Amino acid sequence: MRDVAVVAFAQSHHVRREQARNEVEMVMPVLHEVKASLGIDQSQIDFTCSGSTDYLAGSAFSFVMTLDGVGAAPPVSESHVEMDGAWALYEAWVKIQTGAADTALVYAYGKSSPGTLRDVLSRQLDPYYVAPLWPDSVGLAALQARACIDAGVTTVEEMAAIAARSRRAAADNRFAQLQGSDDPAVLLKEPEIAAPLRRHDCPPVTDGAAAIVLAAGDRARELTASPAWIRGIDHRIEAHSLGVRDLASSPSTALAAARAGVADGPVDVAEIHAPFTHQEVLVRQALGLGDGVSVNPSGGPLAANPMIAAGLIRIGEAAGCVARGDAERAVAHATSGPCLQQNLVCVLEGGQQ
Amino acid sequence: MTPVSVELPEALRNVEPVRGIRTPARLEYRFTAGQATSRFLRGIAGRKILGERCGRCHKVILPPRGSCPNCGVPTSEQVELPDHGIVTTFCVVNVKFSGSAMELPYVCATVVPDGSDMGLFGLVQEIPFDQIRMGMRVEAVWVDDDELTHDLASIKWWKPTGEPDADYASYREHV
Repeated sequence: MRDVAVVAFAQSHHVRREQARNEVEMVMPVLHEVKASLGIDQSQIDFTCSGSTDYLAGSAFSFVMTLDGVGAAPPVSESHVEMDGAWALYEAWVKIQTGAADTALVYAYGKSSPGTLRDVLSRQLDPYYVAPLWPDSVGLAALQARACIDAGVTTVEEMAAIAARSRRAAADNRFAQLQGSDDPAVLLKEPEIAAPLRRHDCPPVTDGAAAIVLAAGDRARELTASPAWIRGIDHRIEAHSLGVRDLASSPSTALAAARAGVADGPVDVAEIHAPFTHQEVLVRQALGLGDGVSVNPSGGPLAANPMIAAGLIRIGEAAGCVARGDAERAVAHATSGPCLQQNLVCVLEGGQQ
Repeated sequence: MTPVSVELPEALRNVEPVRGIRTPARLEYRFTAGQATSRFLRGIAGRKILGERCGRCHKVILPPRGSCPNCGVPTSEQVELPDHGIVTTFCVVNVKFSGSAMELPYVCATVVPDGSDMGLFGLVQEIPFDQIRMGMRVEAVWVDDDELTHDLASIKWWKPTGEPDADYASYREHV
């Protein structure tokens, strides 16, 4: 295996609605920033991989327009996933493992605001038996939350505490959309919007973008004094049909965590892509994290949830903790699909490799 | 894979198999043109074709979308282009699309206005479809003033100017 590190990370200031800018105008400054932070331009990037989805943009081949922000002439080696950018990062990591690239630019963006997100997300469901019923994403998350409460996995009190902790942590994150929170006891007086979920249990609807540069071995050490080395990375998927899954557990996360080697050492920080409060409990359990782990010091997706970018941001935030020395070993988790259907786990460490 | 044998209940035996289902889906989007495209569309509503020049490669991007696709940088300078140019490529449409009132066959073309490095997509009319050719010089036919909108439909179509065709060398980069 080649040693591969996250050497740079940038993200947009996440907002409810990008009123004036189109997708490329939103992404391009982030692409410029992540490369400028290393003093490189596109000619020094061997492979470019992006994540986005046409269902958010409402137009076909929408990623082609944002590729206009990369600087694709002379022609670049490029790929795209219709998934969260964390999976674009996985593809780039594989590309570097093959030896076909030493550096990679990974970016992802989501403008959730043009459509009605909770309905748009229903289009990823099984097209025969589920999607025709238009179950929205909040409703499905509520079914999962109910299953978790019934199974004794969590309680509404614990969920409210997660919401408050996340948005208070986001007070130190200048990119976050929601900062600060009432006390959990106050939150619990609010009405349920999709029982048992209250507003605080749900992520904000967010427009935003993020980018990461990966580099291998000596190239990583040339580019930065503080690379965050990827010690393990794996992703797993569960059945498409919600009815055959146990929604009160996350076996794909547990398997990915085992394959990524989460338990091979102590974890200081975990950035968890759990858009709904009860999902953080499921993912923590599946990752096998102890009580001493700092979870989502960035505020996590409950503070800013740009679709398609929020998982990649978890890797960027975890790498940032390692690069700054806030953590010696950090775990990043990304999810995609309804009710934690697909999960990716990435273990990052500092130090000279 | 081994075929799975399924014992159907009596009521479902010997019935016509389901060969397909219809599951209509409709989503509404509020599209954001963006800053650069908004500048372009405001021009179109005033019968002006506004490209934007890249400060790095100096090409004129049309329609501007906010970045130079070559260089990946914002375009910096607005350039007013004439509403005449060259057909660089075209296709004869022989298939009726739902919702289209166009009489078949008709021609869709890329027209590169003089001074631009990229073309606009549009219809070519006022000439038999089998006489349309690469290099043909055309000019825009705009809708009436009261029909002008922030939309390329403000150009009804392009029509031949009757001038001699452009040399291939002058538009080879666009083919």
